[in-house]
Amino acid sequence: MQNNQAKSTEQVSKQVKTGTTKLVFTVIAMFGFGFALVPLYDVFCDITGLNGKTATEATTYKADHIDKSRLITVQFISRTAQGAAWQFKPEMNSIQVHPGEMKFVKFYAKNESGQHAIGQAIPSVSPGIAANYFQKIECFCFNQQPLKASEDVWMPLQFYVDPELPEDINELTLSYTLFDVTASKDS
Amino acid sequence: MTTATDTIADVHDHGDDHHDHKMTGIKRWILTTNHKDIGTLYLWFSFIMLLTGGAMAMVIRAELFQPGLQIVEPDFFNQMTTVHGLIMVFGAIMPAFTGLANWMLPMMIGAPDMALPRLNNWSFWILPFAFGILLSSLFMEGGGPNFGWTFYAPLSTTYSNGSTAFFVFAVHIMGISSIMGAINIVVTIMNLRAPGMTYMKMPLFVWTFFITAYLLIAVMPVLAGTVTMVLTDTYFGTSFFDAAGGGDPVMFQHIFWFFGHPEVYIMILPAFGIVSTTIPAFTRKKLFGYSSMVYATSSIAFLSFIVWAHHMFTTGMPLAGELFFMYCTMLIAVPTGVKVFNWVATMWQGSMTFETPMLFSIAFVILFTIGGFSGLMLAMTPVDFQYHDTYFVVAHFHYVLVTGSLFSIYAAAYYWLPKWTGNMYSEKLGKFHFWCSLISVNILFFPMHFLGLAGMPRRIPDYALQFADFNKWVSIGGFLFGLSQLIFLYVVIKCIKSGEKAPAKPWDGAEGLEWTVPSPAPYHTFSTPPKVD
Repeated sequence: MQNNQAKSTEQVSKQVKTGTTKLVFTVIAMFGFGFALVPLYDVFCDITGLNGKTATEATTYKADHIDKSRLITVQFISRTAQGAAWQFKPEMNSIQVHPGEMKFVKFYAKNESGQHAIGQAIPSVSPGIAANYFQKIECFCFNQQPLKASEDVWMPLQFYVDPELPEDINELTLSYTLFDVTASKDS
Repeated sequence: MTTATDTIADVHDHGDDHHDHKMTGIKRWILTTNHKDIGTLYLWFSFIMLLTGGAMAMVIRAELFQPGLQIVEPDFFNQMTTVHGLIMVFGAIMPAFTGLANWMLPMMIGAPDMALPRLNNWSFWILPFAFGILLSSLFMEGGGPNFGWTFYAPLSTTYSNGSTAFFVFAVHIMGISSIMGAINIVVTIMNLRAPGMTYMKMPLFVWTFFITAYLLIAVMPVLAGTVTMVLTDTYFGTSFFDAAGGGDPVMFQHIFWFFGHPEVYIMILPAFGIVSTTIPAFTRKKLFGYSSMVYATSSIAFLSFIVWAHHMFTTGMPLAGELFFMYCTMLIAVPTGVKVFNWVATMWQGSMTFETPMLFSIAFVILFTIGGFSGLMLAMTPVDFQYHDTYFVVAHFHYVLVTGSLFSIYAAAYYWLPKWTGNMYSEKLGKFHFWCSLISVNILFFPMHFLGLAGMPRRIPDYALQFADFNKWVSIGGFLFGLSQLIFLYVVIKCIKSGEKAPAKPWDGAEGLEWTVPSPAPYHTFSTPPKVD
């Protein structure tokens, strides 16, 4: 009896150790999973176009027709993030486009910080679901914009709205936030 | 050689705390590997934290007693709400449950100790350091964390007052502590059950801690990852949550709530286990629907992983997402309803008596259900747009966490105090504590529903004049509830010092292995496992 007990204690000890090892690996895996959520969400949103993020690279014109029966209002909003001492505004507040029709709009930026700075504009489309239908042939947001002190620039945006845009959407808002990324560029 | 992963057999072999040869003085508590000592340490620690977090709640309620800014600066007010939340979640409720698990699990399954006693010691002793770090940041230049216990980016990154690093490291340590505690619970339950105790024969208390431990192992590392990303975003130039560098602040909320929602079940599932123990005991009947309780607990645990975005309906999710998370959230009401039904069915035609643990348990069933109903209201996407970030939310989660989790912990404490101390508490004082708490807690939290529906936002130090009357009542309830908890301290001290001697089984209808050992439970119990049939 005494013998049996001792043996089983050893067995239990072994089982406890394997169990613990497995759980420790689970913990490490879940820590990794937390970080993996970042690219996972991005891929998910990319496919479904859920979060209003537009493409980060230029596309070519692919629409097969211009839908004259619909008229979409595209509103432009521009703002500067905290710490970016820039002037930043679109040449017009909104524009009317037929789906499939190409449009060209300019945005004005001026560096008022008194020193050399690099700006980066981040776009966002609302409603989010429309982001996948807002196609940019050319956009200043694809590149960073360096400006010397008091220098200004007109920056181009060329886009069209995909004719496949869901019927119930008649108005899009394209919002740009301009960030000062000089610090992270220099270091 | 002794390492943190020494199993119970190793520790036993070394024989350093064999046969009641406790070390004396402070060394006994610092070096202990005894599950009962560590359980006691956890319970006292969590009570101290409850009073600390409670004192912060008193500051909050004092400031909100009338409109205008009277007592504290808005920035300090924000630090109070933040640290109050962190302390109550990670310092009071979670360690109290771990303490109960440490004390009761081995005795309930007929094991001599937890499976990893040294790890157990370590899991407890890093906790005071975590909260030391967190609390010390309140006294530093710039102040403590002021971004809410949910530490949404960019509040905790771009706009942080410099306390982020302290906050992050404190959360890291708390996380490591709870993960180690959870691993210990899982391996103990899996390997150290007495011969004959199959999984479906375990007390429900053991089941709920088993499932909770798995939840902890799954989501605490995700929290650790989240705070690490916040740390690197703030100090090392990464852009996980910073739009300028291609990140996304909304993603913070997704990752945080992927942890956060299972976390709220981590704080309520053990409570289910407690009342499933106390209600049958004072009803003198078997728990109604044991196996449905086990399945309901497991399905709640599973569902908790797929409902996180109901905390963020107003972030501009697409309709399909809102519907998915709304329906999944409402689905949780089904297993929860099964549980409430089973508790009521257990009481049905039972031979009930109303000792203090039973009073707290019945109050739990009723008030937790009220909290569950306001949760259902919040789950409805269209109305959530009105309730979001108002006092309605504050009322909801205080009903489930205070009258839910905290009341269940009180029920457990009164229920097992005779076993822990060997003495009976004063039933009269216990009931006094209960009625004071019950009345004041409802004065405190019930009017918050109305404030929220009327549009009072949460986390503000000042408010519009029309909210003044209700806030006065809420504050009065708050002070009363705070004072009532000191009665509990008195009851416990009196019980230890001068309580009547308790028999091995002081409760008529109580069942379980813990009542087969004398009161107070000897330092070592079940060195040879009991036989369960």
